[in-house]
This record gives sequence, C-alpha cells and structure tokens, in this order.
Amino acid sequence: MSHVSQAPSTSKRDSAKNSPYHLTLYVAGHSPKSRLAMSNLHQLCETRLSSKYTVEIVDLLREPKRARLDQIVAIPTLVKKLPPPLKKIIGDLSNTEKVLVGLDLYDESGEVILSSAMEPPP
Amino acid sequence: MPKKKSSGQTVSAEFPKAPTGIQGLDDITAGGLPKGRTTLVCGGPGCGKTLFGMEFLVRGALHMGEPGVMLAFEETAEELTQNVRSLGFDLNQLIKDNKLILDTIPIEATEFEESGEYDLEGLFVRLGDSIDSIGAKRIVLDTIEVLFGGLSNQGIIRSELRRLFHWLKNRNMTSIVTGERGEGSLTRQGLEEYVSDCVILLDHRVNEQMSTRRLRVIKYRGSLHGTNEFPFLIGQQGLSVLPITSLKIEHNISEEKVSTGVPQLDEMFGGKGVYRGSTVLVTGGVGTGKTSLVSHFAEAACRGEHVLYFAFEESSPQIIRNMKSIGLNLGKWVNKGLLHIESSRPSLFGLESHLVNFYNAVNTHHPKLVIMDPINDFLSIGSTREIKALFLRMVDFLKSRQITLICTGLISHVDSAQETEVGVSSLADTWIHLSNLEFDGEHRRQLYILKSRGMAHSHQVRQYTMSHQGIHLDEISGRHASNHLHGL
Repeated sequence: MSHVSQAPSTSKRDSAKNSPYHLTLYVAGHSPKSRLAMSNLHQLCETRLSSKYTVEIVDLLREPKRARLDQIVAIPTLVKKLPPPLKKIIGDLSNTEKVLVGLDLYDESGEVILSSAMEPPP
Repeated sequence: MPKKKSSGQTVSAEFPKAPTGIQGLDDITAGGLPKGRTTLVCGGPGCGKTLFGMEFLVRGALHMGEPGVMLAFEETAEELTQNVRSLGFDLNQLIKDNKLILDTIPIEATEFEESGEYDLEGLFVRLGDSIDSIGAKRIVLDTIEVLFGGLSNQGIIRSELRRLFHWLKNRNMTSIVTGERGEGSLTRQGLEEYVSDCVILLDHRVNEQMSTRRLRVIKYRGSLHGTNEFPFLIGQQGLSVLPITSLKIEHNISEEKVSTGVPQLDEMFGGKGVYRGSTVLVTGGVGTGKTSLVSHFAEAACRGEHVLYFAFEESSPQIIRNMKSIGLNLGKWVNKGLLHIESSRPSLFGLESHLVNFYNAVNTHHPKLVIMDPINDFLSIGSTREIKALFLRMVDFLKSRQITLICTGLISHVDSAQETEVGVSSLADTWIHLSNLEFDGEHRRQLYILKSRGMAHSHQVRQYTMSHQGIHLDEISGRHASNHLHGL
C-alpha cells in the first residue's frame, strides 16, 4: 500500500467542495489496466481536485483480504470514501467525464467543476 | 438405498464424484456431483436453488471433510444463516470452525460508475483468498448472473465468467453455479453455455392446490444418471430427493420369522409368524379388529425391537386407551421408547410429503416393524398410479432394510376391492382378511389368510374373539362351524 498525499492546493475552485477527498484505488499487480488507472487518477487529482485529497493504492495481490472487506469485484476500482456518499467507479478511469460524475464533482449549476487550464484527455 | 456406496465406488475410478449428502440425490447421480467440476443448478424463483447449494456446502463441511465457500449475490449472510437454521444447520458454528465462508456481494445495491476497461480480478482475488484460508474444496456461486444486471459491459462479464469457470476447474473446486430460469432457455444469461459437466433443473409447481417440487438431472457428462423428474421436498432435515425405487428387485431375503402376537395365528403360518421384512396387509370391514390385530403385532415386536406406528385415523392416546381394553399395554412400550406412534391425517399432505415424513421417521427411529393404520385415506389423495408408486417406494425402502411392514385397509369384501386397493394388495406378501359374520342370531368374527408368499399356510377360515385378553382364535371344533366356513 502506498499513500500519496497532497498538500492543500490553492486552486480558486476550492469553495465548491472544500472538504478533503479520500480516495482508494484497488488494483491487482501491475497489469496494464491497473497502471493506466493509476496514471489517469494521478492526472485527475493533479489537475481537477481543487481541495486537498488523499489517495490510497491497494494492491489486492498483496492484500487479498481487502477484496472481501471492501467489497471489491472489478479491477481497477476507485472508491471515494470521503466526502460522503461512498462512490465506486470501476475501470481504468479513461473516461474522465464518468469519473467526475462518480466523484460528485459537479457544482450546483450542474456543470462539471473543471480547472480552467484543463484539456480533456486524448 | 444400500447400493449407493458400491455404485459410487465402482465409477469413482473414471468419474470422481463429490457426494452431496442430499437425501436421494446421490442415488440418482450414482455418487454425487462431478468432483472438481462445475454443476449448474437452475430453476425459477423459490425453487430451492440457494438451499440446494447451502446443503451441499454444509453436508460437505460436516460429513465429507470438505470445507466450502458460499458466494451470495442476492442474500445477506444473516438471511442465509436464518434460512437454514430451521434445518438444523448452524452456519455460525461452521464459520467459527473454519469450515465455511459466507461471502456476500450486494451487486444490485451498489451503484457503479464505469469508466474505461475493467475485469473481475477482484472477484478472483477474494474467492482465491477465501478458498485458501480454509482449504475449501466446494464452492457455490449464487446467483452469479446478477453481475449482468449490475455491470453494463456484458462482453467483459461473459469473458470473465468463462475465465472464472476455467479457474475453478484448475483449482479442482467442486462448484455449483445457480441460475434463474429464462424464457426458452435454462438460464436467463445462458450460463449453460459455460457449464458443460452437469446441469440440474429444479422446478416448483402447484397441481390441484398441492405444491410439488421436482428435480431433474438434465445432463451429466460421463456418468449415468436418472433422467426422470424426481419429486423432492424441503423438509425438516433439508432437501430430500425421492428416487423412484430401484428398478431391480434385489432385496436380501430373510428366513427369520416375526410373531403376529397371536399364537394361534402364528400357527396358521406354520408356527412362528410371518417373514421378517415382508409386507403384510390386514383388511376387513368396520369393527373387525384390524387395529387390534396390528397392535398384537406391535406388542410382540416391542419385546426387544423398535416399532413405528403410523396412525392415520386415531391419535396416540386413543389407540393406547382402546388397546388397553383388549389387554394390550402399548403405553408401556411408548414410555420405554420402543414404540413410536405418529398420528397425522393423510389428506393434510401431498403424497410426496408423506413419503419424506415416512423416510425421516424410519431413519430416526430405526424400527424393525412399521405399521400403517389404515392406508385407505391415502387412496383418496392421488391417482391409482401415484399411490401404487408411493407404496412401491415405501415397500422397497423397508424391504431393503429388512423392516417388516403391516398395513391395514378397510375392505368389507375382498371381491369388492377397488382398483387401487388391488394395486396395493399386489405388493403385499401376506394378506389376512377379517370379516364380520351374522350367524345363528350371533355376531361373529372370522379371519383367513388370502395369501402368504413363500410359506405354507393354513387355508382355514377361523373364528376369533376379542376380549380383555386380546384376540383369540377359536379352536376348530364342531362340524357345523367348520363346514359352514369352508363353504364361504
């Protein structure tokens, strides 16, 4: 397990959702899907999560018991524990739109909260 | 049936089997499910799929030394535990003893957002971990099709299911996959395409307000199996499949005899009574003393053996009280635990429930003598063919265990017996008929032996009396009576 903690970012957008994010990404070894999910998540956190966040990576091959404990079926699975409600996103996270929906990263007007500098991934 | 073991062993070299422990199922599959392979159990809602799987696991863990994993998609661990508690299965204890793991995946309750490619490796990991942690040999996936509803990418699910079944086979797991029956196919998602070794179909229908459950082995690669639909029941001891009796008649035959409890009647059979393990039918009109006669049988047998008495018209206290009046103290044997009286009304249950209750009672009490008094009410709860089949099963079941069966039937005249009665009577080895006779301003009782296979027996018609000393056959004396009786 590895923890990637980020210092609070100073984004101008942090007013919308300023509670910290706690994300857990479940992978199985270093499969291409797992690596892709990790890099997609990294990019997403860097660019779009305006508030502070914690990402935990769980390798189920090393911690198999957590599959059952945390109700994991598909790999990769991203779980948002905080802020509530708990959300699960499965897949390599290549569809950013879907990930943002899953993470409740919409503001009140229904717009996806995006940093202005962002370009959609290829 | 006793041939279960031997047939299981003879085929085991080619087709290893995992006994389910489910009553009757191992008989029709000649030993159980294919060991190390996957069996599909399918059927409509409420047909007993989950229970089938649970019993397979519990019996495996308890009796075959094979721990098991239950992966449930539709029920919670609490629900599963509760559902089988009434069957005497203590899942919590099994879990504590590391013989069982209940893993539940509430797929439908979980909302997934899907983004990009994924596989079901998480499922493999958790199954692998559960299997390894208790050394599981058996696994039940109930009902894995739920995945199709929970995840949108059907292609991924299909390829992962195929991989899963291969994986289970490689790990040598004896597995059960359950599937909901679909329109025009065995399962909604075509699981039968993935499982090619063994397919069992469960069915639950209601006929004339009587619910019947049936089981059919649709396919069993590389093994003989019964292809009929077999009725099964969910009873107090779990599932019971009721195989139509062995097609072969090959019971061990006893030369030993058991007393009728009436010395003079024993004499009519050559001195010692009827053969052990034979079927005796006692018929007669109203008030001829059928119950009294079978109570003599019971009383005689209770001096050392267990007797099981199915009373279909009278309650246990009533029989005990009535028999006291002819000097038979049945209560004593009940108190000693040698006589078990089971009172119930046949019409309250379907034929199949009767058969299961019957099997269970015999397996519980281990009697040497079984009495069914009277069988008439049975004749009203099914067709002639069904009733004959029912009796055939009961008779074969008892014969294979060398248990003597005594049935009574209300028939005033042998000639007027109905089709069903005749059908049942042909199963009897010995037939004793009792009748009332109004003669010389007197009411007399008489009996004779219609048949008794394999033994010389008296052809006389004997008058008998019932007193506080029981049934007593009168001496044959006096030309008058004797002549008259022979003339009947």
